[in-house]
Amino acid sequence: MAETPDTHLESARRDADMSVPEIQAWFVREVLPLESVLMQFLRRSARDLADAEDLRQEVYVRVCEAAQHGIPQPARPFLFTVARNLLIDRARREQIVSIEAVADLETLNVAIDEPGPERNAIALDELRRLQSALDHLPRRLRSVVVMRKVEGLSRPEIASHLGIAEKTVEKRLTQGVRALARVLYGADAETKS
Amino acid sequence: MSSAEEHPRMVRDASGVEEEAAAWLVKRRDSGAWGEHDEVALNRWLDEDWSHRVAYWRLDAAWNSADKLGVLRWRDELRPRVSPLLMKLAAGIAVLALLGAGAGFLLRAPSPKTYQTAVGGRELVSFADGTQIELNTDTVLRTMMTTKERMVWLDRGEAYFQVKHNAAHPFVVMVGGHRVTDLGTKFLIRRDGARLEVALVEGRVRLSQTAPAKRAQTAMLGKGEEAVVAKGRLSVTQKTSAELANELSWRRGFLVFRHTSLARAAAEFNRYNGQKVVIADDLAASLTIDGTFLTDDPGAFTDAAQTVFGLRVTKRGNEIVISR
Repeated sequence: MAETPDTHLESARRDADMSVPEIQAWFVREVLPLESVLMQFLRRSARDLADAEDLRQEVYVRVCEAAQHGIPQPARPFLFTVARNLLIDRARREQIVSIEAVADLETLNVAIDEPGPERNAIALDELRRLQSALDHLPRRLRSVVVMRKVEGLSRPEIASHLGIAEKTVEKRLTQGVRALARVLYGADAETKS
Repeated sequence: MSSAEEHPRMVRDASGVEEEAAAWLVKRRDSGAWGEHDEVALNRWLDEDWSHRVAYWRLDAAWNSADKLGVLRWRDELRPRVSPLLMKLAAGIAVLALLGAGAGFLLRAPSPKTYQTAVGGRELVSFADGTQIELNTDTVLRTMMTTKERMVWLDRGEAYFQVKHNAAHPFVVMVGGHRVTDLGTKFLIRRDGARLEVALVEGRVRLSQTAPAKRAQTAMLGKGEEAVVAKGRLSVTQKTSAELANELSWRRGFLVFRHTSLARAAAEFNRYNGQKVVIADDLAASLTIDGTFLTDDPGAFTDAAQTVFGLRVTKRGNEIVISR
């Protein structure tokens, strides 16, 4: 896409533009809680978990890019339309049309119009989910995450408590935040309850 | 707009982006060293590609949520413990509410009950009067709660009591030849064979000996006081709130050691785990350690002993042996 500066068009569009913080707030509030449903859907068409996560990233990028020109309301049908288009794009490009994928898209048409109960449910027992997410972290990661987040210890304090290097603490925190997001938002949601 | 050329991101793996995002996030939020130039560099990275932004936002939101876990730290004081167990209890209460009048009968009926936790187990029991008892690992406790009396027998192990005081219906714990009578309080009782510890977090209790009745000892315990009965002798010491918090850390699944000998620390771990830590050397046993550990992670403890003191750690069947 060539960026031809068209001052008239640019100024007209700027009025409708959403700021990055606005998009972030919307993304966290409206889109992330749908991740478990989205992942369930994507995983049916994906080759494996990593592939589903690549697709998820692309869906998120597309919805956020679109949100620059106005926040899509409601989020759910928009998110799934984007996901569906992405899968169709991919099927076309790879010249493979999976029969299951098509069947899934058919059933999806019904599902995406219903307001899902997920958001409320998630908001209601966030603490319970958090605690369960913690329980699902591998032990090595769990202890540093708990010390950091529950006990509020600093990185050097954690290092001295556990008798490990600060670098190691940092590495485990990095792995811990990724694992926590995965359990909290979705990929492991099916295997969890 | 759907050709592969226009979406090079399709081939970029989300995992790599997420790894970078996590590194940024931890550096910013948890490393303690974050300057203006870091902020500039992060923003540059975020602006590079929307995939960076969404990955960072997602992890940032999860990390923010995790901050709420901090309330668990204060739940001793502020709120009942939020746990799957509590959810089960809540569900139980809902069912009782549905039963209506029938449930009222159930609550009134005298009901001697036994509660038991396995090694490594923990259980929170709530009673109709608002009293809560939290059982630690390997604990046996019996209760008799009626409208007239509230009696508890701690037959083995350790429990934390949060008692709704009612002068008309005293709350009494019978433990190892002693009677602990609540005068409105939160307290911890631990029984190790003949040794007995009673620690007061809040309020007052009366501790009196029931057997042998001849030379009965009685002590009033106030906030922060801990009574220890060992070899028939009673002693009372004042504890700081930090010391008490450490004694209660099992409620959050932790063991906290402060200048604790390896022997004592090993014994603590062994209360919680089937796999036992054995210190095969007197000198090693007397070394002291500071640290916070998950109760179910003796491996972290033996690792620390290995790293800090250069001790040898070997696995032998269901034992982890520490030696020089």
